[in-house]
Amino acid sequence: MNAVRSREDWSWRVFDKLVAAEVTLFSYVPDYGNADIIDMAAADNRTRTVLLSSEQEGVALCAGADLVGGRGVLLMQSSGVGNVPNMLSLVQGGRFPMLMIVTMRGDYGEQNPWQYPMGRAVQPVLEAMGILCIRVERDDELDQATDAAISAAFSAGQGVALILSQKFLGAKAF
Amino acid sequence: MAINLPDSTIDRRAVLPELFPDPENYLLLSGLAGAAKDTAAWTREAENLLTLGGAMGGAVSMGLGMALAAPGQQVAVITGDGELLMNIGALATVASAAPDNLTIVCIDNGQHGETGGQPGHTSRRTDLAKMAEGAGFASVMTVSAPGDLAAASRFIAESVAPRFLWARVMPGPPSAYKRNWDLAECRLRFRNSFSDRRTDGHR
Repeated sequence: MNAVRSREDWSWRVFDKLVAAEVTLFSYVPDYGNADIIDMAAADNRTRTVLLSSEQEGVALCAGADLVGGRGVLLMQSSGVGNVPNMLSLVQGGRFPMLMIVTMRGDYGEQNPWQYPMGRAVQPVLEAMGILCIRVERDDELDQATDAAISAAFSAGQGVALILSQKFLGAKAF
Repeated sequence: MAINLPDSTIDRRAVLPELFPDPENYLLLSGLAGAAKDTAAWTREAENLLTLGGAMGGAVSMGLGMALAAPGQQVAVITGDGELLMNIGALATVASAAPDNLTIVCIDNGQHGETGGQPGHTSRRTDLAKMAEGAGFASVMTVSAPGDLAAASRFIAESVAPRFLWARVMPGPPSAYKRNWDLAECRLRFRNSFSDRRTDGHR
């Protein structure tokens, strides 16, 4: 129960900061790690959720929102990072602001061997596409890291990924 | 497998002017290659158009982002069969989000025109209208003859959105047009124009 309560706690802090930054579209592929933020965004009348079939859609969707002055975020599990590189051409070529929140699998404490290859590749793949990676390992890093990610994306027009590690989230038990 | 090119008599270059008599009333987004050339030539690369030159598979999702973030505007995505099929799951995403201001037009020549005309799935067995229906689109229409285009234009103006038009066309070149390849510049131009449009109360 403690794990669940603390997950809700950090999710509220991130959600509140996103709302304060006028992010209205929460696009996502479901993950245990982003489930609470998605529930919050679905329940709040200032925001709406968009269920994606594949993570790359979220990159294009956020770019589309930007064209009309809107702001979106893409929430995904680390394995989804493998689906987005080509679509991130939009960010490098078009200087679209892009904010991604990646909930990690395949790092600290992972029990599923299928998660490790992509878990290890997340940061190199994103960095190869010019995305700034801001990693959170401890709860006391979260607020500052979230602020940094939001301002990099929406004030400075960068592509940025807020990477929430398994050390921070807690490894999923099977 | 035998190649079965679309049994169509439509010249792709005639499609868009007939479908949209009033392009200035839409926010337009086109997928890469032939669809981008047709759309750019048709509007002379108007400020309410953004064309993609890459990011294949992203056009429908980008249009969805525009439609959801600008609910008072009509958004139209123009894309090819190959671009659409690369991320066909986006049709389910659109149907699920159910925007009431989004039109998807697929200009289907049954082949990858940009890379030498290699046959695509729609020249074999794939039925994009059934895929859009199956994804859950509110309205779906197929055209394959020039005489259908007037009805298709009414479909775009009047049917319940999100709507999907499958425009099967003859193999043949898209419109010739040299467009701006600088995406950052095109993004700013579109955003500034949209911002002015809202200030003017233009619909």
